[in-house]
Amino acid sequence: MSPTLLTASYLAATILFVLSLGGLSSPETSRRGNLYGMIGMAIAVLATVLGPQVTRTAYPWILGAMALGATIGLYAARVVKMTQMPELVALMHSLVGLAAVLVGYANYIDPAASAGFQGAEKTIHELEIYIGVLIGAVTFSGSLIAFGKLSARISGKPVLLPGRHWINLAGLLVVLWCGGWFVGAHPVDEGLKPLAIMTVIALLFGVHMVMAIGGADMPVVVSMLNSYSGWAAAATGFMLSNDLLIVTGALVGSSGAILSYIMCRAMNRNFVSVIAGGFGTGGGAPAASGAAPAGEVQPVSASETAELLRGSKNVIIVPGYGMAVAQAQHAVYEITKLLREKGVNVHFGIHPVAGRMPGHMNVLLAEANVPYDEVFELEEINNEFSTADVAYVIGANDVTNPAAKTDPSSAIYGMPILDVEKAGTVLFVKRSMASGYAGVDNELFFRPNTMMLFGDAKKVTEEVVQSLNH
Amino acid sequence: MLIGVPRETAAGEKRVATVPDVVEKLVKLGFRVAVESGAGDAANFPDEAYRAAGAEIADAARIWEGADIVFKVRAPSMAEVARMREGATLVSFIWPAQNPELLQALAGRKATVLAMDSVPRISRAQKLDALSSMANIAGYRAVIEAAHAFGRFFTGQITAAGKVPPAKVFIIGAGVAGLAAIGAASGLGAIVLANDTRPEVADQIKSLGGEFVGVDYVEEGSGAGGYAKVMSEGFQKAQREVFAAQAKVVDVIITTALIPGKPAPKLISAEMVRSMRPGSVIVDLAAEQGGNCELTEPGQLVVRHGVSIIGYTDLPSRLARQSSTLYATNLLRLSEELCKAKDGKFNVNMDDEVIRGTTVIKDGNVTWPPPAPKLSAAPPAKPAAAKPAVPEKGKAKHGSAGAPASARATAIAFLVAAALFGFLGAYAPPAFLAHFTVFVLACFVGYMVIWNVTPALHTPLMSVTNAISSIIAIGALVQVAPFQPGAGAADRPTAWIVGLAVVSIALVAVNMFGGFAVTQRMLQMFRK
Repeated sequence: MSPTLLTASYLAATILFVLSLGGLSSPETSRRGNLYGMIGMAIAVLATVLGPQVTRTAYPWILGAMALGATIGLYAARVVKMTQMPELVALMHSLVGLAAVLVGYANYIDPAASAGFQGAEKTIHELEIYIGVLIGAVTFSGSLIAFGKLSARISGKPVLLPGRHWINLAGLLVVLWCGGWFVGAHPVDEGLKPLAIMTVIALLFGVHMVMAIGGADMPVVVSMLNSYSGWAAAATGFMLSNDLLIVTGALVGSSGAILSYIMCRAMNRNFVSVIAGGFGTGGGAPAASGAAPAGEVQPVSASETAELLRGSKNVIIVPGYGMAVAQAQHAVYEITKLLREKGVNVHFGIHPVAGRMPGHMNVLLAEANVPYDEVFELEEINNEFSTADVAYVIGANDVTNPAAKTDPSSAIYGMPILDVEKAGTVLFVKRSMASGYAGVDNELFFRPNTMMLFGDAKKVTEEVVQSLNH
Repeated sequence: MLIGVPRETAAGEKRVATVPDVVEKLVKLGFRVAVESGAGDAANFPDEAYRAAGAEIADAARIWEGADIVFKVRAPSMAEVARMREGATLVSFIWPAQNPELLQALAGRKATVLAMDSVPRISRAQKLDALSSMANIAGYRAVIEAAHAFGRFFTGQITAAGKVPPAKVFIIGAGVAGLAAIGAASGLGAIVLANDTRPEVADQIKSLGGEFVGVDYVEEGSGAGGYAKVMSEGFQKAQREVFAAQAKVVDVIITTALIPGKPAPKLISAEMVRSMRPGSVIVDLAAEQGGNCELTEPGQLVVRHGVSIIGYTDLPSRLARQSSTLYATNLLRLSEELCKAKDGKFNVNMDDEVIRGTTVIKDGNVTWPPPAPKLSAAPPAKPAAAKPAVPEKGKAKHGSAGAPASARATAIAFLVAAALFGFLGAYAPPAFLAHFTVFVLACFVGYMVIWNVTPALHTPLMSVTNAISSIIAIGALVQVAPFQPGAGAADRPTAWIVGLAVVSIALVAVNMFGGFAVTQRMLQMFRK
């Protein structure tokens, strides 16, 4: 395959990737979008393998490695539960990060790769390697920790070391200093030392950064790591002078950055404060607000709930992370179906940061066969609550808390919320009276039009389904 | 007790304070009802109908001198007050703020007076809120009057004789009257635009088929009790600009802007009237309080600059049968509140918030104004801080939408960018610059494409971008056994390089295949 044909193939792949992301603008075109992505990837890989840079002797290696990876990947994709999606995505980000580190090292120790460079070009090439490895390492360790947190292998509570900002600053200074050393280093063996030191610091930094972030901020972290994996690919592209890698990396990088931004906006917090960590400490700051709401709550039984739902005209279901944890999405859909048969209008209202990754709730509801045109975003549904008879809040808390609007001292003040309080009756399905991730009490629990259905989300929802069947 | 319903004596007033259906129900509550002969004629309720419903038909003297309770629509004249029996109860519109002498005269008769215009605006009192009933009718009738004076269809049509464009109706103030007008006008097929100082009514406007035309100026317009309040000078200026722009393009303007206890705000200037197309119509529902339009003459239809300006103050009376029925029902609901025992006696319970607010004179003592009701029908104002914060942040990253960034911020951004590009141009090698160009452009493409992704698909988006980032495999592929130009091959640590590359390929392949497969699995679940 000639170099020009290779370039043309890369261009085709690039276009397909852009189309792939564009396809996700609506569920109808999304499957085609994914297909474009696959075709683009196939073209890119085949063109590279058949191109002038790869010799035949490498084929067995490539095939072997690909087959191994494909087997693991396809198996994982098949068995993963939809509730575990955030973990899987985080784990996959870490693989990209690790690959970027390895490719960076391999490129550095390969004298052929830098043979043609002189002066400023050589410096830039070395910087590209350095930055590529740096981003890759942070992505790798950060994603691993995120995976641990999301799969509850590590506590979701933020771990805050004393003087953590100073630790980060010191790390940054060492990384800069190593960078100077690395660029000046002449033989490859000499340069490996600063590269290795930097890698270790970058790994520690990734761990430290994600450890400090609370569970409720995970959507931001996951999309941020998504962004990093893109930038790592782009840096690798600079290192190899490969435009396809640069473009694709930039696409992925900006995609993740925008998602992080959207998530931050949905929580009314700025990006820096999320990354700096410490949110969702479950105590501390909220206690200072003093006037904790108190009063009587009205517990109800599953059969009373069924009665209430049966008697209403409009019901809006607000799912949250609790539904994901209890895997109650199928039972929730059962309720929806039964109520529809009885002529009740049922809609879903989803807060942008519900769950542990952007769009998490949508995927779970889709898995349970809820049609996507019955699922609405915050802005779309918020005006509907005033006409709803019942708001059925299952496993969500902070995203419904009116303190976000009324109490400037609240930790969640200013965050856009779902106005469930405007519904005729608000039904909370909750395990206990514990507060949400933000550690803020929800005054709604004590309102006269609020009823509490205590218990495991899946179990009580199934009980409601049974009562509805009678 | 005897309820007396006299004939309305005000000129042109066609309404009557009770209708036969309601008489029946009042009788069931234990009252006797006497209706003045001919009282319902103008509203098409003949005396026989009242008699059939159980009312006694009497002359004016019997009503005024014999009745314990008098039901009226309009406030009584001084002559009527003089005829009233001492200590009787009067229920009608009073407008105590505008009529202090009347209040004194009534107090002088030791009367108990319930003013239907003073019913508190709370949910429980809605069933007896006669102002809302009348406003509803006025809004509807305003559209009918406008259609009558307007020389064209309201609805757009394509006929064999040519195309008729739909009329454009602009409604100012989306209170009860405004909303009724929106519904009536869109029912006739017109394109309806509506404005209100209270942003929360935008959805109500939409629900009736209108389009909300906002004033781009941040100020909350909701006063106490769900009414509008007087707005700041800056807001009024912005508002006038919006109205001036609308005046040039619409065919009909219906104004309903009233602020309790104040003269109607002048919203439509003579200049705006002049800018309207000839044949256009303005209906001014605030004519009685001075009018929203500068050229309005209360009670009259006048033509100024080719524009018909309708200032009728008797719109509910022009729909007399309907307004009498609704008003009579409001009075019935009030009677039920006052006569919970159903024993035919009024019990004016001043501890009841609704009755307290409505009662302006109790046994000759003026009790108006009542303590202000604090309850508002409007939802609580959203914290203003949250709203402006969002577009502000939006500017930084999301330049395509929202207001343009401030000039200074833009200038600084441009300076920084210029310095950066200057530095790059001066020092970077050309090959790097070429790649950098591609990189920056790709970032922009990504930015544009991603904003279009629907939030529901954010998870698939992440998993597909994750799969796509496996493109890093290419970096590993070219290293497994790169093309050897010959020189330097000797000291190349081939085993290491190949080892690292193969591990990378395996890792990335997990991602590549797994990522696309899991995305496919997710997307297949999304269905309509």
